[in-house]
Amino acid sequence: MASTAPQTGTAMPAEWRDFFTLTKPRVMTLVIFTAICGVLAAPGSIHPVLGFTAILAIAMGAGGSAVLNMWWEADIDAGMKRTMNRPLPGGRMQREDARDFGIFLSGVSVLLMGVAIGWLAAALLLLAIIYYAVIYTMWLKPRTPQNIVIGGGAGAFPPLIGWVAVTGEVTAMPILLFAIIFFWTPPHFWALALFVEADYAKVGIPMMPVVAGEKPTRRQIWWYTVLLAPIAIAPWVIGGTSWLYGMTAVTLSLLFAWLAWPVGSRMRAAEGDKMLPEKKLFKFSIYYLFALFAALVADRVAAYQGWIA
Amino acid sequence: MTPEEQKEFERRRKSRNLVVAGTLLFFVMLFYAITIVRIGDG
Repeated sequence: MASTAPQTGTAMPAEWRDFFTLTKPRVMTLVIFTAICGVLAAPGSIHPVLGFTAILAIAMGAGGSAVLNMWWEADIDAGMKRTMNRPLPGGRMQREDARDFGIFLSGVSVLLMGVAIGWLAAALLLLAIIYYAVIYTMWLKPRTPQNIVIGGGAGAFPPLIGWVAVTGEVTAMPILLFAIIFFWTPPHFWALALFVEADYAKVGIPMMPVVAGEKPTRRQIWWYTVLLAPIAIAPWVIGGTSWLYGMTAVTLSLLFAWLAWPVGSRMRAAEGDKMLPEKKLFKFSIYYLFALFAALVADRVAAYQGWIA
Repeated sequence: MTPEEQKEFERRRKSRNLVVAGTLLFFVMLFYAITIVRIGDG
């Protein structure tokens, strides 16, 4: 694969920090957090060492697939202000090194999960990696404006895998956790895409605001937010949690809708608009997910301790 | 390679080797711990 990035001349070894940057550490904080929540909220117990290992394997798998994503998209990243300084478009690293690092990290993560925890969790982890690195990054992202909806599926795996690492089986609750992140991702990401729209247009990624226009994107932000609410509340409705989680989910869903409405109902933003409602929604959506999962863990821990029914 | 580049080359190689060594050591300890825990299970 020919590199278009400027090379530093001699084969200067890349900084280890650049390898670390390839794993998208900021995305990984959300991955690790939701995976921990999956482990803690699952019924039954897991030895702390094994719980830690499961989280580590999930984090490594997420990191490995992020590396493969950056390897594949180096040319696209080079064309966007937000990403042009990543290690590959910045020319601080050889592409083949990134590819090999991604494959190695992914492979080790699956083996670690299989050997230490179990092969069902390992198979789900492998599925998540292939889903993100191949199905999403290589196949669908450059082809459909629903790419974010599909990409959300990749981000939705960590709590599911964390849960299954403890219980060894796929039940309704971990699938609901998956669904929550799945439906949360479109409003979360499209809010961002609305205020960085210009960049995606330039590199030819069919982001919803670019392809379908701003207005349909706003409508879809609203409708995904509406869809998300019953799914977020469902764990309580099916009896998987107590009122503690239920009330938190209801409150957070109302807040989300309250902030999504101004974004969803707006017509095209005027030239030079500061896009404040969109920025507000994007920021809130991150707090929303943290708060919802934290409430789930608090609810379950309280229940297992016998503090609430 | 100029002397400065040589120096930078060696600095990077050293820091990478340290990270690899640390990671390996960590995994040795982790696998030891996993083994102990899983033997305890059985």
